Amino acid sequence: MKVLVTVKRVIDPYVKVRVKSDGSGVETANVKMAMNPFCEIAVEQAVRMKEAGTVTEIVVLSIGTTQSQETLRTAMAMGADRGILVEVAGEVQPLAVAKVVKAIVDKEQPGLVIMGKQAIDDDSNQCGQMTAALLGWPQSAFTSEIAINGASADVTREIDGGLEKLTIKLPAVVTTDLRLNEPRYVTLPNIMKAKKKPLEVLKPEALGVDVAPRLKTLKVEEPAKRSAGVKVADVAELVGKLKNEARVI
Amino acid sequence: MSTYTAPLKDMQFAINAFAGLDGIAALPGCEEVNAELVEAVLTEAGKFAQGVLDPLNRVGDVQGARWQDGVVSAPDGFKEAYRQFAEAGWNSLGASTEYGGQGLPHCLSMPLQEMWNSANMAFCLCPMLTTGVQEALSHHASQALRNAYLPKLVSGEWTGTMNLTEPQAGSDLSAVRASATPEGDHYRIRGTKIYITWGEHDMAANIVHLVLARLPDAPEGVKGISLFVVPKFLPDAGGKPGARNDIRCVSIENKLGIHGSPTCVLAYGDGPGATGYLVGEPHRGLEYMFTMMNHARLGVGMEGIALAERAYQHALEYARTRVQGRAIGQKSGDRVTIIHHPDVRRMLLTMKAQTEAMRALGYYAAGELDRAKRHPDSAERARHQALLDLLTPVVKGWCTEVAVEIASLGVQVHGGMGFIEETGAAQYLRDARISTIYEGTTGIQANDLIGRKVGAEKGATAFALIAEMRKLDAELAGAQRAAFITAVAALEQATQWLVDHYRAKPEAAAAVAVPYLKLFGTVAGGWLMARASLLAAKQLKEPGADQAFLEAKQATARFYLEHLLAQAVAYSGTVTQGADAVLALEPEAF
Repeated sequence: MKVLVTVKRVIDPYVKVRVKSDGSGVETANVKMAMNPFCEIAVEQAVRMKEAGTVTEIVVLSIGTTQSQETLRTAMAMGADRGILVEVAGEVQPLAVAKVVKAIVDKEQPGLVIMGKQAIDDDSNQCGQMTAALLGWPQSAFTSEIAINGASADVTREIDGGLEKLTIKLPAVVTTDLRLNEPRYVTLPNIMKAKKKPLEVLKPEALGVDVAPRLKTLKVEEPAKRSAGVKVADVAELVGKLKNEARVI
Repeated sequence: MSTYTAPLKDMQFAINAFAGLDGIAALPGCEEVNAELVEAVLTEAGKFAQGVLDPLNRVGDVQGARWQDGVVSAPDGFKEAYRQFAEAGWNSLGASTEYGGQGLPHCLSMPLQEMWNSANMAFCLCPMLTTGVQEALSHHASQALRNAYLPKLVSGEWTGTMNLTEPQAGSDLSAVRASATPEGDHYRIRGTKIYITWGEHDMAANIVHLVLARLPDAPEGVKGISLFVVPKFLPDAGGKPGARNDIRCVSIENKLGIHGSPTCVLAYGDGPGATGYLVGEPHRGLEYMFTMMNHARLGVGMEGIALAERAYQHALEYARTRVQGRAIGQKSGDRVTIIHHPDVRRMLLTMKAQTEAMRALGYYAAGELDRAKRHPDSAERARHQALLDLLTPVVKGWCTEVAVEIASLGVQVHGGMGFIEETGAAQYLRDARISTIYEGTTGIQANDLIGRKVGAEKGATAFALIAEMRKLDAELAGAQRAAFITAVAALEQATQWLVDHYRAKPEAAAAVAVPYLKLFGTVAGGWLMARASLLAAKQLKEPGADQAFLEAKQATARFYLEHLLAQAVAYSGTVTQGADAVLALEPEAF
């Protein structure tokens, strides 16, 4: 079975994010970038399935600037076989992502699409669901376990009330939750090998997809700073403050 | 407790500017090297250092290596981390592709060594020594020995050690007594070796000891010492670890620092004698050891840089979070974090500026090593080798001495908390302390610098480097230019004094060798920081420049030149006028 995995280049999770002074977005120039952690989990899952023999080929897809090639190389160093970059300079919103993924699915015909449940930059949590809808495929979002079973997959999803176990027909879209696996450290020989793996660069126009944003960001600002706490004498005062000052009860 | 973050931007800056990545990428065998590869390797190595090695650093310090009945256990977690380290192929980075290595240049392996050491120096010593054994065997051992040992050492399945020191033979190796008696195709090794780092442990399937010993017919002194491979388990017909060799770990040392690394006393030949195999020709062991010891000395210099960086990161985090007092001149209002106090900023900047200067010099030397090894033109190779030879004792001696000062400043930034072990700042000071001692003390480095390097060639390479430094005079301006010109002149005067007096008054020259080494490092560091500042100014004009990094680089360089470089004049005065004062008090009068 061929698997398509999507990866997004985001600000490194260890970097402190700064809002641009003009409020138009967050500062990304000269900021350390990395693969979105949920996408790392998606790549790791595909590599484990390949190592287990259930997957024969892993195609990794990214949509973004030309620098996203580095993220694809990282995915290939983890074990993906080849990469596709759909090069877009500006903002790409979830619906555009889903359309591009669909176009690539039509082209590549994978038996499974694995995506991160969300990207840590905009936290949309929409791409997987939209992709499944556009394809008319079953979906399993927030997946923490997956086992391929012939023409179907047994999955465990992390839902508000606990864990949900489902069997879904393949092909399907799966999005990864934190507990699905712990991504491996990349090895030096695999970094060297990844340099030689094929990486195809496409434009969205060539796929017939319009990636123009449908939503407009009005302003981005930092959350309000937390002010210092106060000590209360007793429960009555606490309740009073919660009721009259914080107005939460 | 802070978390180590590899300083990727400064590392890449130094690799590009000072190791000279473009030039190295054009050397034979470096076809795969480019900025993208460097970034990918540094990024992934940084993740490993931060995620796997750094969290074990304190565990190693608190628990330490443990000895029981000749068996040594590494601290909890080290064995698993070592397995991951070897499986990730980090051990194979510089090794020849012939034996499973990646054959990558030193301008890449040295920054990685810095990372491993920043994250966990005690751990890192094991792979570092393994690399040293690889080097020695690949240069000097027979094909059969290379085939038997190199693939296992490159993969990291087996680890390596260096066995030089004996109780009576420390800095003076001519006193080595361990013996080797011929027996068929091998030798029987007997004797006691001390200070054997990672000489016994449970992290790998086999340990390959390189041992200095004397053959029965050996002449006295350094010309009578041979080098042997003595494995813990003798490889069987299939190359797997077989019979246990006659080597026993008698004890491990209780040390000031690097507690996670077992420092072993090894007894060879308590029974029938340990089986060993001669490396290269008889009586040439010390010479073989020295070819790689220069290399190891650069590596120890890298340890200094690494601990300075780690101590700085630790102190910086504390200074940014610890609230104490109001800003100077403010009588009311909020209390501030201590980084707002000028003296704390002075301390942090002293740490930062010197660390960056040392990194610049260390990577510059790594680039020279690559050129000395790989340049297609033999005259160029010789020129780069001469520069590398000159810089090696400076990188080793200066970077480690300054690292101890920086780690000490790191404790100081923490105030009383720095003296408390739980804070973690003290470990870097204790760990850094060995780096000025092993692989030749600072005194040994300084003697090497004034003797074999500056003295022997009448300062030719040193004066050539000084001329190179002076090319910056025209580009610098203002106070920085004045400080730089004064410092370079100070280095030139001291070098001239040494050239004039080295032969006539060897005792006087030796008395001021260490101040000269520190002078050399201080000025060379200033030279590279000045270059960094000029380069930053140029890069700031390019589109998409990393303004915050480059402006900080300029400010840091300015501090180095206007605040730290003034030491050069004092050191130079000590060199040219201070020798007699050292020798005035006779040994009996102390």
